[in-house]
Amino acid sequence: MAFGWLPGALGDIAHGAATTILLIAVTTLAGTLLSMLGAAGRRSGPALLKQAIAWYVEVMRNTPFLVQLFFIFFGLPSLGIRLDPILAAMLAMTLNRAAYTIEIVGAGLDAVPGGQTEAALALGLRPRQVFVKIVLPQALKVIYPALTSQIVIMMLESAVVSQIAVRELTYEADMLQARTFRSFETYFVITLVYLALSMALRRLLVAGGRRALGAGVS
Amino acid sequence: MIEFTLWDIVRNLLLATRWTVLLSLAAFVGGALVGMVVLFFRISKKTWSRRLASGYIALFQGTPLLMQLFLMFFGLPMLGLRIEPWTAAVLGLTFFASAYLAEIWRSGVDALPLGQWDAGASLGLHYLQELRLIILPQAFSITRAPTVGFLVQLIKSTALTSIIGFEELVRTSNAINNATFEPFKVYGLVALIFFLMCFPLTQYARRLERRGPGR
Repeated sequence: MAFGWLPGALGDIAHGAATTILLIAVTTLAGTLLSMLGAAGRRSGPALLKQAIAWYVEVMRNTPFLVQLFFIFFGLPSLGIRLDPILAAMLAMTLNRAAYTIEIVGAGLDAVPGGQTEAALALGLRPRQVFVKIVLPQALKVIYPALTSQIVIMMLESAVVSQIAVRELTYEADMLQARTFRSFETYFVITLVYLALSMALRRLLVAGGRRALGAGVS
Repeated sequence: MIEFTLWDIVRNLLLATRWTVLLSLAAFVGGALVGMVVLFFRISKKTWSRRLASGYIALFQGTPLLMQLFLMFFGLPMLGLRIEPWTAAVLGLTFFASAYLAEIWRSGVDALPLGQWDAGASLGLHYLQELRLIILPQAFSITRAPTVGFLVQLIKSTALTSIIGFEELVRTSNAINNATFEPFKVYGLVALIFFLMCFPLTQYARRLERRGPGR
């Protein structure tokens, strides 16, 4: 065990961690938005759309993320869609996670009693206002715990995108161990960084949720 | 250059699927065995033992599986063990599975009313007898759906062992792709094979869930 290389590598590790955080931030926003659309489509869309969303969820949930990533990054260019590694990673992560959160978001929307919508409409709010100001906050409060654990899982899965050369934490680890020949020590340190990140992320999300959605969020 | 027909690609992929299936089974069985030990620590009456097991579970649920595999692959040789991708893959996935299975079964044990323990004790059963005859059978029975659900996750996770050099479905598909330059077809087929393995299990888990606990 030797950690003499560590001080010189801190910059690279910080850079990798920043990219990992960027990936999560973007895919959390895009994924939540997409799953709201998906949940809405699954509830009130035409029958064909409902069927399509159901199949999308099944296909995404029953195939490995790594294969989805390769399909998007290596496969799509043959259809003329060429993506940057980081864009391909964001797209793959968003599509993958949305398949898991569509059902969570749907359950949250169902949990808000219909009387809430009727009351808001009776008060003269427009349908969009009813959704944004009345239904969505209540639904978010119900699904928040499930959503936070999905976000943490997504961060752990994001290690895989190093395979298409996105310069995130795991990619930096691969580069470092190739340079220092200290494979075990390098991956050990990076694992600890991931552990710290996932613990911090969970704390942050719980604290942020308490502030934004009120007490009782865990 | 060798020409690959569609059948050549499919045949090679199916041959590689054997290893994916074998690895999934080995990791599931190994994970169940180690997971039982973790479960014993997790539901023990001693605080230090419960803490130890919680720490173990938090460690595996809080770090990426890819890192766990790398640590196995590069760490065990440092202890003087000669290690090949297959060993690292099985061991890595076994420990990963043990943490998740222990936590799933623990939720089953917690869901049982305390009266079950009391009833067992009043029949004069020893702690281990209570576990074996009363608590664990019920806990396993009510957690069957999430256990099958985790098996699906485990099968999908075997894809990561391609990165440490284990020759399973995904690694084979990378090689085929490098020879044929048909990523759309190759990765599409790989996704299809995984889907055909996982979808029936997902449906089975869903049916178990709908039927509710018990037999």
